[in-house]
Amino acid sequence: MDEQQAKTEDIIKKENLVFDKTKLLTDKAFHYCPGCGHGVVHRLLMEVIEELDIQEKTIGIAPVGCSVLAYHYMDIDMQEAAHGRAPALATGIKRTLPEKYVFTYQGDGDLAAIGTAETIHSCNRGENITIIFINNGIYGMTGGQMAPTTLENMKSSTTPYGRNVKQMGNPLKITELVAQLPGTCFVTRQAVHKPAYVRKTKKAIKKAFKYQKQEMGLSFIEIVSNCNSGWKMTPNDANKWLENNMLPFYPLGDLKTPEKK
Amino acid sequence: MGELRLMKGNEAIAEAAIRSGADGYFGYPITPQSEVIEHLAAQKPEERTGMTLLQAESEIAAINMVYGAAGCGKKVMTSSSSPGISLKQEGITYIAGAELPCLILNVVRGGPGLGTIQPSQSDYFQSVKGGGHGDYHLIVLAPSSVQEMYDFVELGFDLAFKYRNPTMILSDGAIGQMMEKVEIGEQKPRLTEEQIKEKYPWATTGKTKDREKNVITSLELEPEKMEQFNRKLIEKYRKIEENEVRYEEIQCEDAEYLMVAYGTSARICQKSVQIARNEGLKVGLLRPITLFPFPRKRINELADQVKGMLSVEMSSGQMVEDVRLAVNGKVPVEYYGRMGGIVPSTEEALKDLKQKIIGGK
Repeated sequence: MDEQQAKTEDIIKKENLVFDKTKLLTDKAFHYCPGCGHGVVHRLLMEVIEELDIQEKTIGIAPVGCSVLAYHYMDIDMQEAAHGRAPALATGIKRTLPEKYVFTYQGDGDLAAIGTAETIHSCNRGENITIIFINNGIYGMTGGQMAPTTLENMKSSTTPYGRNVKQMGNPLKITELVAQLPGTCFVTRQAVHKPAYVRKTKKAIKKAFKYQKQEMGLSFIEIVSNCNSGWKMTPNDANKWLENNMLPFYPLGDLKTPEKK
Repeated sequence: MGELRLMKGNEAIAEAAIRSGADGYFGYPITPQSEVIEHLAAQKPEERTGMTLLQAESEIAAINMVYGAAGCGKKVMTSSSSPGISLKQEGITYIAGAELPCLILNVVRGGPGLGTIQPSQSDYFQSVKGGGHGDYHLIVLAPSSVQEMYDFVELGFDLAFKYRNPTMILSDGAIGQMMEKVEIGEQKPRLTEEQIKEKYPWATTGKTKDREKNVITSLELEPEKMEQFNRKLIEKYRKIEENEVRYEEIQCEDAEYLMVAYGTSARICQKSVQIARNEGLKVGLLRPITLFPFPRKRINELADQVKGMLSVEMSSGQMVEDVRLAVNGKVPVEYYGRMGGIVPSTEEALKDLKQKIIGGK
């Protein structure tokens, strides 16, 4: 034990710990940019799975996008899908292993552009799975190109003068769309840029897994997130921008619950 | 002898899937193979064996459902015809990259594009050379009868699981649609979850305390590791070539001229050989049953014996390239084929053999 480590352990005594990382997150350091929402959502997901004690029964699907390596961080069995195809993988898994909990973790390009058909039809069939949809309005991994959810006039590397909706079409509110389908039981939009929102998001994820156990249909959780690197802002500014620009267009709250369809 | 039934090739596939103890079929209708999913639906596989059946929203979704279930160690398959198989190529390369076992049936129709709904063998290159992006191979089985359609389901699954590699049954519209007598096998039980866990420890069945998590992926960002993985695949394909080459020889023992043909074309050529023999011409037929691995060693050996070869295909000349590679210049190798959904006649195939290889007449 070196001096620094000894000093740290002296300061952080076990009895002084107020927060501990869930065991279901591995010790591998996130590759995500500082300030990014992915890490928070990863943690919430793993906390829920630990609290529900369903690690042995859960199979997750990673997407293509920034979270393509989600399986490095989540200590559960996982499959890596082709771009947009996660709900099809999840369908194949859940149909042949109906006792398992199955979730997909997807970004906006994955879920609402290239994978739109898989998204709509898995929702419409009412697959008993959970879809976690991270919407940051941009393609983060490929370097900040326009996403289907990029706001009007929002700048990206492929809309350097802002998204012209006459030319590029309007931002897609896919969450509102899937809420219309009879196969979805729980459709909600959450955020993770402030602690209060983080707590609400965790509750929503937990609910989704409970509905899955009750075989109520597909749960769809959109999480409006930031991409400070892609948006070319500091993490703080990105969170402010999210609140002032993303949330008015993508309002938070439940769009559909099993209690109130 | 087992139970005999008169069946279409496509129906034989469906029945074989249920009886092989398959866990699932995911497909999308397309002519001329829609009878596969129709026959399955009529058979209520959920009730018969608990097998999952789902009509997906597209071929892309269907092959990715196969990916997901195969990743859990399940015995699953899909089927389609040429344009639909093109759509599946994305999923197929991911499945090959993730080393998952599964079965894919292609009931080939003529192309390119929407082409025709009539039988063809024009997907040979796509099937044996890869099909999607990246360095990979499928195990490719070429049935030439309805019985082989039935038998190759189980063989295809066995090979797929033995090598953790997707197997393709490369059929065509003629074999898919024609009716023949089929000997039906016994119903095999589906594997239980415990058996799957034991047999396929790599499968994502839920991480238990006694093992590390399982991850199904084809992604490797470190070039050195990716190359290492590519080499591992090459080694696997080499083993497959060493152990799994299958072919049939018809009157090759004393043959002076050789026809090489698979599937429907092989049945045509079998008759051509008969006619030739009646005329006193020593013609033989080599019918590759596995197109990958290709019986190149045997063809090379036969090149020492015969004076020339003719590759007969319902394509513009695809397999002929592999025959030429196998022969390596020892004897002339020519091609004869029809396209657009036309099946060559025995007479025209023989006439072409005489003109291009035998010579004289």
